[in-house]
Amino acid sequence: MQSFAKYLGLLALAATIVPPALFMFKLMPLAAMQWTMLAATFVWFATAPVWLKGSD
Amino acid sequence: MTTPPAVVPADHSGEFERERVPDRALKGPTAFWGMYAGEHTAGTEFMLGPLFIAWGATANSIIFGLLIGNLLAVLTWRFLTARIATAQRLTLYYKMEKIAGGKLVVLYNLANGLLFCFLAGAMVTVSATAVGPFFPSMTMPTFDTMLPTGPGWIAACVIIGAAMTLVALKGYGFVAKVGHWAAPWMFLVFVACAFVTLGRLESFDLMALLTPPPGTVTKISFWGVVFFAWFCNAAMHLGMADLSVLRFAKKASSGWASAAGMFLGHYVAWICAALLLVYWVRFHGVDPTVGKDPGTMVNDAVGWAGLICIIIAGWTTANPTIYRAGLAFQGMVPGMTRSTGTLIAGALCIGAGIFPAFAMNLLSFVGLYGTVLAPIGAIIVVDFYFAERCGIPTDPAERAGAGFNVAVLLAWLIPVAVAMYCYKYQGVFASFLPLPCALACALLYIVFSKAFGPKPATA
Repeated sequence: MQSFAKYLGLLALAATIVPPALFMFKLMPLAAMQWTMLAATFVWFATAPVWLKGSD
Repeated sequence: MTTPPAVVPADHSGEFERERVPDRALKGPTAFWGMYAGEHTAGTEFMLGPLFIAWGATANSIIFGLLIGNLLAVLTWRFLTARIATAQRLTLYYKMEKIAGGKLVVLYNLANGLLFCFLAGAMVTVSATAVGPFFPSMTMPTFDTMLPTGPGWIAACVIIGAAMTLVALKGYGFVAKVGHWAAPWMFLVFVACAFVTLGRLESFDLMALLTPPPGTVTKISFWGVVFFAWFCNAAMHLGMADLSVLRFAKKASSGWASAAGMFLGHYVAWICAALLLVYWVRFHGVDPTVGKDPGTMVNDAVGWAGLICIIIAGWTTANPTIYRAGLAFQGMVPGMTRSTGTLIAGALCIGAGIFPAFAMNLLSFVGLYGTVLAPIGAIIVVDFYFAERCGIPTDPAERAGAGFNVAVLLAWLIPVAVAMYCYKYQGVFASFLPLPCALACALLYIVFSKAFGPKPATA
């Protein structure tokens, strides 16, 4: 469970930073970038407590 | 059998507040890297970056001045704070009590508690700007706003501040966890804001982007930026507040962990936040000296994820601040519960948050915060490094059984009073004051201790 949360969490972090990078290079529209970041935010806060359990 | 009054009972809370941290409770360096990274990526970073633009800082000042200042801050943490923390393993308050006496610690608690409330108030102000995009009719404060902008603004601050206070009443264990979880994501949101802004500005030339337009009045010099970055956390490093944290470190080298907070939060995040205002100045014609509220700028760049970031960044840093302020007030009044102390702190924090003046003058406020609290750290440095060489006793109040060390009080108040005069009437930039104030305090402490400080009773 923890390793699944870790991979999902890493995916969420990637989805937080990759879309703005794509927007910077004009490879992604603003609205899509913002919605992806919002979705990534929810995924991150769902997975981080499981992933980082024990390191708090 | 009775316990002799001089013997302090062992602490069973796990915090070792009145004893040396035992070896079994020590932590490796990784615990500190995460903690510093999270603690110094706060909501106020969204305010500080743009304030450099508002003050007309040059690109050199922002890029190289911040680099030097943050490096000096890390070195102070590593070679002063961490060195003393790992050698003595005591909290600032307990060490202070040994040097200054318990009654003087009460005065320190008052100063500390009030300054914590104003700082937390600035965080409430920043968090409240995240409400703006949902209520377009609500007037958001700008850099020149000193008073509440209207009933909607006051309501937003009261609701956010009350929520923070209620959570702080429960202790800050949960908030510390949320802060830990949020730290990597929050940092990436700051970087995302910069990516979006660079894309919109169609340039990656940071030097050119951060160069103020011709005719800009420069209110902060290169050295002003260096000293700001060095001393914006003066209370923590030079002021020794982080003795309480670093006393758990196995080695003094854990002091290098402060680099995570300085270079991610106070360098990358500040520059990212500064770029947001650069974009609004260039594309929306915003007057840089007036600025734009963080909520509007971040929502425009990265949307709701940014607004969530502002609220969480403000919440996770304001909450422990309210909690600590509550503890400081509780320590002042015998019999006061921690809940009452926290409620008083929360009320003061909400009051400060309603008035944007504190957040909008953050560049000056954090300098004054360091000026008031850093001298206490200088006294601890003297006690640790120089007391024996100067012929003054270490831990004088404890050894003499004194509750109030007048030498500490005068050595602290005289330089602070002079510094406040220089700030108020001579226009000296606040961040230039903590260092001379701390040095003067150290010298005065040696002189006053020799002259009339408490002397240990001879056997």
